[in-house]
Amino acid sequence: MTIQTQLFEGALIRLAPIDHEKDAEVEARWTNDPHYLHALESKPAQPVSPAQMKKKYEAIEKQLEESKNSFYFTIRSREDNRLLGFVRLEWIEWTHGTGNLKMGIGDAGERGKGYGSEALRLLLRYAFDELNLYRLSAMLGGDNPAGLRFFERHGFMQEVRRREALQRGGKFYDVVHLGLLAEEWRSKNPKEVEP
Amino acid sequence: MADLLSGKLVRLTAEEPKTLAEAYSRWSHDSEYWRLETSDCARQFSVWGIQKELEKELEKESENNFFFHIRTLADDRLIGNVGLDGVRWQHGESFVGIGLGEREFWGRGYGTDAMRVILRYAFQELNLRRVSLDVFEYNPRAVRSYEKAGFRHEGYARGYLLREGRRWDLIFMGILRQDWLALPTEDR
Amino acid sequence: MTDNLFRGQLVHLAADEPEVLAKVSSRWAQDSEYFRLLDSEPPILWSEKKHKEWIEKELEKDSSDNFGFMIHKNDDNAVLGFIALFALNWNHGDTLVAIALGERDHWGKGYGTDAMRIMLRYAFQELNLHRVGLLVFEYNPRAIRSYEKAGFQPEGRIRGMMRREGRRWDWLMMGILRSEWLQLQQESG
Repeated sequence: MTIQTQLFEGALIRLAPIDHEKDAEVEARWTNDPHYLHALESKPAQPVSPAQMKKKYEAIEKQLEESKNSFYFTIRSREDNRLLGFVRLEWIEWTHGTGNLKMGIGDAGERGKGYGSEALRLLLRYAFDELNLYRLSAMLGGDNPAGLRFFERHGFMQEVRRREALQRGGKFYDVVHLGLLAEEWRSKNPKEVEP
Repeated sequence: MADLLSGKLVRLTAEEPKTLAEAYSRWSHDSEYWRLETSDCARQFSVWGIQKELEKELEKESENNFFFHIRTLADDRLIGNVGLDGVRWQHGESFVGIGLGEREFWGRGYGTDAMRVILRYAFQELNLRRVSLDVFEYNPRAVRSYEKAGFRHEGYARGYLLREGRRWDLIFMGILRQDWLALPTEDR
Repeated sequence: MTDNLFRGQLVHLAADEPEVLAKVSSRWAQDSEYFRLLDSEPPILWSEKKHKEWIEKELEKDSSDNFGFMIHKNDDNAVLGFIALFALNWNHGDTLVAIALGERDHWGKGYGTDAMRIMLRYAFQELNLHRVGLLVFEYNPRAIRSYEKAGFQPEGRIRGMMRREGRRWDWLMMGILRSEWLQLQQESG
């Protein structure tokens, strides 16, 4: 891997900036699916309008500029540049080399096609080889077994179960914390030897 | 839980200020709708005026209010709004309010369906213990709709409103979590 | 109704004026052991004036989700530290709690455990929450023992979250459910 390697380009998808004009309407539509919202956040599921989504984007970019401990990328199809999802790295503590990861593919019909896996692979390389982080964390609800399997397939380990921290649909679920250490990622993704 | 926000006739949505402004302005010209909906004196609003108000609202973010608009499932028409106003989290209680601005949808089960969706949201998404409402004595259609949705009468404030030269009571109703759980599944 | 929700056997919880808070906060922050037991951020030293400005700005924010209190000794009203709820998810009845005693000669004497008991009663009886959680650093065994005494159960370890003094340390997470707390109340009579 050299400096010429593209950090943001995959085979199917690319990591890209927010398109304030085009993305708001697409992402607002996703918020009508409570499954999607529940997979990402613990607050009550509420759809938002494109106008509200635009305000969210402004808040995100403001935070990126001011806090210097978070990163945000949209996931876009290489084929036609359409918005597929997002990936967010936040709560970075530079002195300890840690950060929290959150990602989502918005349209249920676009899941299971490898977009999420490719986006995560790019993000992990960015986090470990560019930001030089020591570990990444992720948090998921126990009502999202597909999400848990996804992260475990990529090497994350379950570390904490906060018991009954979620109440949804009349049932209790745990909140699961997962973690992946840079050294674990490296042992599975060894660098090619330079010629 | 794909149908958290959908009922049999309607679904709950978020709307653009422009869309709402046009609807609200038109609804505000219907004084019967207005006076069933609110105790505030009947007023009328321009589209521009309402849009400015709504855009200002966008700036505010409230974690204690859950406000939605109502669209028909059949042809996606915007017919009204419904929301939980002022959740008192530690007591697990909130007031609910609903209004159908499109009068052709009155008395046809749309309001009851929207109320069922918001109650399910209150009890299953917000995990509340109780939902309260108040309704004007001169709105028997609404009172019947609320009874169908599971609300019980709890009392009334005498002579709360003065309209058309006489006094009217404000009726209080409420539904507890156990009342809601006891409803037949198709009514939840 | 409990007589005084905020009073325990050794301590009581109270709100204090910004000047008082600024004074003790800036003094405690200069004790790097105190700071590094509490916070993963590198300790920095603000002036008392800056502490006061920051405190006043915090107090001006919407207080409906702010459940932070100062811990005072019952016998002489001295300020020992603070205890606060954060990341409160009302719709799930879930919160985290943080506690720190700035007065080091009062460590290990039961003051923290007493304050935590008051806060748990407040969380379960006044706020009607379903669970209270916390995170504690692996290198703080005194706190871990205090939390165990208050009824918290271990829920896992987040590996290597901090690098300090040349090595890696875990974050331990602990939690107590409403049913567990009620059980404890029954047992202690």
